[in-house]
Amino acid sequence: MVVLVDAGGTNIGSVRYALQRLGADAALTADAAAIRAADKVILPGVGAAGPGMARLRELGLVDVLRSLEQPVLGVCLGMQLLCAHSEESDTECLGLIPAPVRRFVEAPGLRVPHMGWNGLSIRRKHPLLAGLDDGEQAYFVHSYAVPVGDWTLATADYGGAFSAVIAHGNFHGMQFHPERSAAVGARLLKNFLEL
Amino acid sequence: MLSRRIIPCLDVRDGHVVKGVRFRDHVVMGEIVELALRYRDEGADELVFYDITASPEGRSVDRGWVERVARVIDIPFCVAGGIGSVDEARAVLHAGADKISVNSPALERPALIDELAAAFGVQCVVVGIDSLRDADGEWRVRQYTGDPAKTQALPRRTLDWMVEAQRRGAGEIVLNCMGSDGVRRGYDLEQLSAARALCRVPLVASGGAGEPRHFRDAFVEADVDGALAASVFHSGAIAIPALKRYLQAEGVQVRNE
Repeated sequence: MVVLVDAGGTNIGSVRYALQRLGADAALTADAAAIRAADKVILPGVGAAGPGMARLRELGLVDVLRSLEQPVLGVCLGMQLLCAHSEESDTECLGLIPAPVRRFVEAPGLRVPHMGWNGLSIRRKHPLLAGLDDGEQAYFVHSYAVPVGDWTLATADYGGAFSAVIAHGNFHGMQFHPERSAAVGARLLKNFLEL
Repeated sequence: MLSRRIIPCLDVRDGHVVKGVRFRDHVVMGEIVELALRYRDEGADELVFYDITASPEGRSVDRGWVERVARVIDIPFCVAGGIGSVDEARAVLHAGADKISVNSPALERPALIDELAAAFGVQCVVVGIDSLRDADGEWRVRQYTGDPAKTQALPRRTLDWMVEAQRRGAGEIVLNCMGSDGVRRGYDLEQLSAARALCRVPLVASGGAGEPRHFRDAFVEADVDGALAASVFHSGAIAIPALKRYLQAEGVQVRNE
């Protein structure tokens, strides 16, 4: 069973519909027992890191998420919340992937937020990226990003390379929106369901 | 490298997609979900739905079709129309829209932009601006353009409003140049270039696309991030796959599936 952690992210419906298109009926839940019992856990999220962590604390889910051993996927802000720390409102995150989250620095021609379709470059072979070709595009919309590090599976380029897909142990993250990334996104979500 | 976006715009009235010329005389173009799927299959990068009568009629967008679209569409889409509060925006986002666009309600009460950005993050908040050049040569904003009888000219200068909208938390600007809308003679490159110089967030051109070269000009000459069009796509005058091949040949980075 797949669960979607209902922590107030506005894209939760879209992620759920994307999973339904793949034949997986994910339950929306903020219940600790249901999350612990799931085979796969997805943490969606659109919004800001500070309110996102505050919401997880209010729901009593911080320790629950930290204790998970099954595959976990964070999407967009959800991925950033899995990391160590975000520059967004100087927020301490879940610390499950030892990566920082930094704001894009505006530059001529480099508008923030980074919004639109950008190509993925594979850095490390991983089952999450099965069937993905270098250069295939995904839909991004974000102002903060994870730099390239040991956790990086794939990068995208926006004024320099940043992490588009990350993994550390059973914790995974996609900075783009797989639920809105057409066939590429569907394939990556399917890969996660099959981990 | 980030691709430039091709964005079909679907004006929605009473549950149908409609199109007018210079914002008047609307004719029905088709059903919402059917057209959304068609554009998705043709390689549209994003869709925008405007519930064009919501603001003039003093109501928010109908959420029923937003959810129907969200279930079947796997590309991002933005919804506009009479969204005047955080609660209304939340309802549309929870129904499955990726972004919400505000126009007339933000002109009525500019703090709405701050409130939306605080609640959902700037990446969800698009500010649409309807702009027309006045007799004195200044571009100024228009309000309630969905209904010609209710459309109002405001004293606010377009570029001033665009700068204020960004300061308040707009994550994207859609600049609809009404003087060129629906007449297919090209985007208003002069106005878009002036806007680009002051726009630090993504800028989307709207109004005037008639042939593939117009898209190329908007991307290359006005450096916009996305180009929005309606009638040329609805009528089949421009097919998105052919448009993208042309743009690629012109050196414009686009997404190909």
